[in-house]
Amino acid sequence: MKSEESEDKQYVGFATLPNQVHRKSVKKGFDFTLMVAGESGLGKSTLVNSLFLTDLYKDRKLLNAEERINQTVEITKHTVDIEEKGVKLKLTIVDTPGFGDAVNNNECWKPITDYIDQQFEQYFRDESGLNRKNILDNRVHCCLYFIPPFGHGLRPVDVEFMKALHEKVNIVPLISKADCLTPNEVKKLKDRVRDEIEHFGIKVYQFPECDSDEEEEFKQMDKELKECTPFAVIGSNTVVEARGQRVRGRLYPWGIVEVENQSHCDFVKLRNMLIRSHMHDLKDVTCDVHYENYRAHCIQEMTSKLAQDNRTDSPLPILPLPTPDVETERLIKMKDEEVQNNHH
Amino acid sequence: MAATDVDIFSNEEKRNLSLGGHVGFDSLPDQLVSKSVTQGFCFNILCVGETGIGKSTLMNTLFNTMFENEEASHYQNGVYLRPRTYDLQESNVHLKLTIVDTVGFGDQINKEESYKPIVDYIDTQFENYLQEELKIKRSLFNYHDTRIHICLYFIAPTGHSLKSLDLVTMKKLDSKVNIIPIIAKADTISKSELHKFKIKIMSELVSNGVQIYQFPTDDEAVTEINSSMNAHLPFAVVGSVEEVKVGNKTVRARQYPWGVVQVENESHCDFVKLREMLIRVNMEDLREQTHARHYELYRRCKLEEMGFKDTDPDSQPFSLQETYEAKRKEFLGDLQRKEEEMRQMFVNKVKETEGELKEKERELHEKFEQLKRMHQEEKRKVEEKRRELEEEMNAFNRRKVAAETLSLSQPLKKDKDKKKSVKTENQSGVNLSNSKVMMAKANMEPLNCQSWWQAIQCCTCLVHSDAWRQGLF
Repeated sequence: MKSEESEDKQYVGFATLPNQVHRKSVKKGFDFTLMVAGESGLGKSTLVNSLFLTDLYKDRKLLNAEERINQTVEITKHTVDIEEKGVKLKLTIVDTPGFGDAVNNNECWKPITDYIDQQFEQYFRDESGLNRKNILDNRVHCCLYFIPPFGHGLRPVDVEFMKALHEKVNIVPLISKADCLTPNEVKKLKDRVRDEIEHFGIKVYQFPECDSDEEEEFKQMDKELKECTPFAVIGSNTVVEARGQRVRGRLYPWGIVEVENQSHCDFVKLRNMLIRSHMHDLKDVTCDVHYENYRAHCIQEMTSKLAQDNRTDSPLPILPLPTPDVETERLIKMKDEEVQNNHH
Repeated sequence: MAATDVDIFSNEEKRNLSLGGHVGFDSLPDQLVSKSVTQGFCFNILCVGETGIGKSTLMNTLFNTMFENEEASHYQNGVYLRPRTYDLQESNVHLKLTIVDTVGFGDQINKEESYKPIVDYIDTQFENYLQEELKIKRSLFNYHDTRIHICLYFIAPTGHSLKSLDLVTMKKLDSKVNIIPIIAKADTISKSELHKFKIKIMSELVSNGVQIYQFPTDDEAVTEINSSMNAHLPFAVVGSVEEVKVGNKTVRARQYPWGVVQVENESHCDFVKLREMLIRVNMEDLREQTHARHYELYRRCKLEEMGFKDTDPDSQPFSLQETYEAKRKEFLGDLQRKEEEMRQMFVNKVKETEGELKEKERELHEKFEQLKRMHQEEKRKVEEKRRELEEEMNAFNRRKVAAETLSLSQPLKKDKDKKKSVKTENQSGVNLSNSKVMMAKANMEPLNCQSWWQAIQCCTCLVHSDAWRQGLF
C-alpha cells in the first residue's frame, strides 16, 4: 500500500497526453492529398482502387490514340470520405490524365507544377489572412510516379518530370505492372532506377531514420523497406479464388498473381508505407520542407521587388502586416542611415 | 522492240491442248526450287518499338539463336536504324537475314520527328534497288536485296489502346512496307483484357485507315490457315531464350513466382502463330508483296517525279530511252534559256544604270546653266546700276560746275554769301546734288581728305572736272 501511495504521489499524469492527442485527432479527422502521375495504361487507377479498396474511377472515358496525338495534360480531382474504426479520412486523389501521351511532350509537366504551386499559394494567402479558423489544406502531400516496366530504366521524360517536381512535392517512384518482370528482372530494374535517380540528382522521398531506441523488429522492417525502393507494384480491381481464399489478384492461364502476396510484388509494402506508417510523415515533410521552401522563396521575391520599386505593390495584396507603407519605409531608411553615421 | 511482238501473239487465240503422254515439264517448280536453294534466300526484318520492349529477345526466340546485341540506352538524341546481317542455315537452305533495329524510338520527349529516319531508311533501300535496276550494266541476280520485307511493330501492353506515336508512325509506314503489329510483353495482360485490347487496336487501325499486312487467302493451300490467323491479329507475343523445366520437358519460358509462361504454348501467347505466319507459311509472299506492291509504288512515284510517263499525249507507249533523251534535251534547253535570261537581265540592268547616270548628268548641267544665267543677270543689273550712278554723278558734276561759274561771275560779297549759303546748305543737311557728287568723287579717285566735309570744302578737285570747267549744267 505504501508503494502504491508513493507511486500515486510520483505520478503526474502527462503520460496520458498521447491518448488526448489521439482522441482529439479522431474527432477532427484527417485529410490527405495524393497525386498519381505517369503515362496512360500503367495501372494508376487500378492501383489507387486497390490501395483504398474502393472504386474511384467508375465513369471515366479513355481517349483514342488519334485524340491523344496533341493531348494536353489535365488535372482532375476526386475526393472521397472514408472511415475506419471511427477514424475519418478525407482522401483527395489528384490525377493527371494526358501526361506523356502526346507525340510532343515538351514541358508536359508544367500544368502539374503549376497546380502544386497554386495550392501552395492559396495556403500561403490563407495562412497570412485575418481569419484562419477554417483553412482548407489542399496541398499535395505525396506524388506517386509510375515508371513503365518495359524499358531498361528511367526515360528522359521520367527524369525531367521528377526533376521538375522533386523540390515541390514528395515523390515516391513506383515500378508499375510488375507482373511482366521475373524476380531477377525486378531486382535489376530497381538497381538501375536507383542508380539513375542518384546519378541525375533527383530527390525522392526519403523515409525518416529510425530512432535508436526502437524495437529491433521495427528497425529490421524499416531497413527492408528502404532497400526495396522503388516499389514494384501490381494492382487489381478483381477478386479471384487462390489457394482456397478470395483475394485481389489477376488471373492468367499460367497462374494467379496475388496483389497482397509479398513474394509476388511490393504492394503491401507500399500500402503500409503510404497509409499505415508514413502518411503523417509525408504530410509533415510537405508542410515543413516543401511548403516552407515555397514560402521563403515567395517572400524573398516580394522583398526584392519592394527594394526595387519602393512601392507597396506586392504579389499578395491581402497580406496585412509585413508590407510597410511608403512613409514608414522612408522613415526606416532615414533612421538606418542616422544610426550608420553615428556608428562611424 | 518487244512491244510489237507481243501484239502479234495476243491476237491469236489460246487453245487448251491435252497431252498424249508424260512430257516432264511438271518438274519446272522443282527446278525453280533447286535453283533458289542454290542461290540462297534473303529476308529483311525491321523491328520498330520502344527501347526495352523486347525486340531483340523476340528475334532471338524466333530464330532460335543469339544474335549479338547490346542493350540500348534511353538517352539517344534521335532515332537511328541499326541493320545487322546474319547468315543462317537450316537443312540445305541458306538464309541471309538482315535485322534492322530502331534505336532510341519512343525515348525522346518530342517524338514528332521519330518516324522520319525509319521512312528514310526504307526509301533508301528502294532507291538503291532502283538505281541497280536502271544501270546499264546490272547484275540483279547477284544483288543483295536490302529492301525491308516485313515491319514488326511492337505495341506496348497498356491494355487501353494504341499510343499516339504508334498511330502516327504506322500511318507513315503502311504504304511503304508490310506491317504486322504485335503486342509485346503480353504476359502482363490477362485473357479478357487481351481480347478487348486486340479489338480496340484493330478498330483504331481501321478507323484511321492504316493498312496492315493481310495474310493472303487466294492460294488454296494456305487460305484456311491464313484467314483464321488474320482474325488473331495483332499477335500477343512473349519472347524468351531461357529454358525452364516444366513437367519432364525443358521449354523456353519465363519463370514467375506465380507460374511459368511458356513461349510455345498456344494458350499462353501467340508466339507460335507469329512464327508460323512469318516464317513457315508466308515468307515468300512477304517478299513478293514488297517487290510487287511497295517497291513498284515507290518506283512509280519516283519516276513520275522525274517526269517520265507511260504514254504520251497520243497514247503511244513511250520508251525509256526516248523519254530520257527528251528529258535531257529539255534540261539542256532549260539551262540555255536560263543563261539567256540572266544575260538579258544583266544587260538591261546595265542600260538602266547608264540611263540613270545620264539623267543625273543632264540635271547637273541644267543646274549649272541656271546658276550661270542667274549670275549673269545679277552682273547685268549691277552694271546697270553702276551706269545709272555714273550718269547721276556726271549730272551732278555738270550742275556743280554750272553753279560755280555762276557764283564766280557774281560780286564778292555774294560770293561770300554764296559760300556761306553753300556752307550753310552743306552744314544743314545733305544737299542731294552735293552728296551725289561726293559719292561720285568717292568712286572716281581716292580722297585726299579725312572726311567728306573737308572734301566738299576742297574745291580744287571739283575744278578738275571738265564739265565743271565748261560750265555745262
